[in-house]
Amino acid sequence: MMTVQAARELKDGEVVFVGIGLPNLACNLARATHAPNLVLIYESGAVGAVPDRVPPSIGDPALVTGSLMVCGMSDVFQLILQNGKIQVGFLGGAQLDRYGNINTTVVGSYKSPKVRLPGSGGACEIAVHAQRVLIIMKLSKRTFMEKVDYITSPGTRPAGQPRGGVSMPGRGPIKVITDLGLLEPDPQTGELTLTSIYPGVTVDQVRENIGWPLKVREPLGSVGLPSAAELKLLREVLDPQRLHIK
Amino acid sequence: MKDKLRSMKDAVADFVRDGDTVVIEGFTHLICFAAAHEIIRQGRKGLTLCRLTPDLIYDQMIASGCCRKLVFSWAGNPGVGSLHAFRRAVEASPPLLEIEEYSHFGMVGRMCAGAANLPFWPMRNYTGADIPASNPLIKAIQCPYTGEKLATVPALRPDATIIHAQRADRAGNTQIWGLMGVQKEAAFASKRVIVAVEEIVDEAVIRSDPNRTLIPSFQVDAVVLEPWGAHPSYAQGYYDRDNDFYVRWDKIARGEASIAKYLDEFVLGVKDRAEYMKKNPGLAERLRAKPSVCAGVDYGY
Repeated sequence: MMTVQAARELKDGEVVFVGIGLPNLACNLARATHAPNLVLIYESGAVGAVPDRVPPSIGDPALVTGSLMVCGMSDVFQLILQNGKIQVGFLGGAQLDRYGNINTTVVGSYKSPKVRLPGSGGACEIAVHAQRVLIIMKLSKRTFMEKVDYITSPGTRPAGQPRGGVSMPGRGPIKVITDLGLLEPDPQTGELTLTSIYPGVTVDQVRENIGWPLKVREPLGSVGLPSAAELKLLREVLDPQRLHIK
Repeated sequence: MKDKLRSMKDAVADFVRDGDTVVIEGFTHLICFAAAHEIIRQGRKGLTLCRLTPDLIYDQMIASGCCRKLVFSWAGNPGVGSLHAFRRAVEASPPLLEIEEYSHFGMVGRMCAGAANLPFWPMRNYTGADIPASNPLIKAIQCPYTGEKLATVPALRPDATIIHAQRADRAGNTQIWGLMGVQKEAAFASKRVIVAVEEIVDEAVIRSDPNRTLIPSFQVDAVVLEPWGAHPSYAQGYYDRDNDFYVRWDKIARGEASIAKYLDEFVLGVKDRAEYMKKNPGLAERLRAKPSVCAGVDYGY
């Protein structure tokens, strides 16, 4: 459901910065359905990749074979990302707060961490520069929290200010795609608000899994179930070994 | 032409010293595990190891006690999970490893500054993030033309950089295809450079396709012929990434005893990469690349 929802957010012809796991699957689902001209860019330097297997890592050789261009990482981050060419970037993380700040660095304090996570990778600069950021995360009180332990990737109100201007050119998180529904930032406050729920899900169910007093936008939207064609593609073609989908 | 061909043993003995700042680059692709294993065998100590993604290679070096400090931007096992030796060292109280942390763009900028012989690199980044607060080496300047505030990262000037490549000539003119990561910048930023290759070719082969050359010979101190030297990483056109081993490492690295056993058998217990390959029967057949050959281009005029 999250994968299908993420795929539906992508428009044909867009330039997308792809991460491994569900974002990769979503991009390839979009490419196989409504967006055949999607340009997939991986931070490893593959541009216009057409992987013929589910890449287990972001630097898989299948991303190179048949791609449009392969460039060094200084080109990826400077000529492509900082230069504003990425229309959509995907992020996820261990913790998220109501302003879409994401933590992928530490649980606990930075100097003596309870759990040391991998860190930013390219996530911080994607959050800064991508024109739109889509966040994919499963809802849980342990991860959707009032305050994150560390801000790896800035959200809708970096340093307490609205975005815009040269130092924060991207719009930031425009949608959080969860397993129960969709959250979107309130245009005035930047606070993540419930805007749609999936069929059969209640607002209370969402609230039970979020660590801040969740606001709900009325009227609440609904989201269509995955079509038979989308499910067939995911299960039989894109992820036949079920590496990423259940 | 100066012949720089050496064994890995001699190249590491000559160009990697205790206390050095060392970069073994390669983003997923062309990570020179053979060099790391030789550094471990020679018992180097007190190294500052820098890489965007420490990967299994630095997890092994941390476990074997070579590493005093780690400089990095993403410390996970790609597509699998955690680097357990790294985590044990950083989560220990007090920590057993000093760290200096950036984002990928920050590390790329550090290499660009080093390679361009500049003291720092400017970028639009880090607004609203905690990364500069936990790393005071990330600073800011005001642009003298626009007044804009820009983030800066300091140049990285490694003592030694080690690159794996598909091919080079004996002088060190090095050609790479597929993902190139930051190898060019790392090599130009470094005081000493070792290149390990899948194949040594004649200078004429290099000259037939000069656009493929990433690092010219004058930047290279030693060339090592080391087929399969990147395993369990990969070499495009030669062999695939050993994704099964990346999954297996998750189990091996969870315990100090199981890491020690692995290092004893596959690193300390062999004298070079050829012996390592003998210890991994069937590996070459399992991972050898299927061809996808490019037609080449016309350089005539």
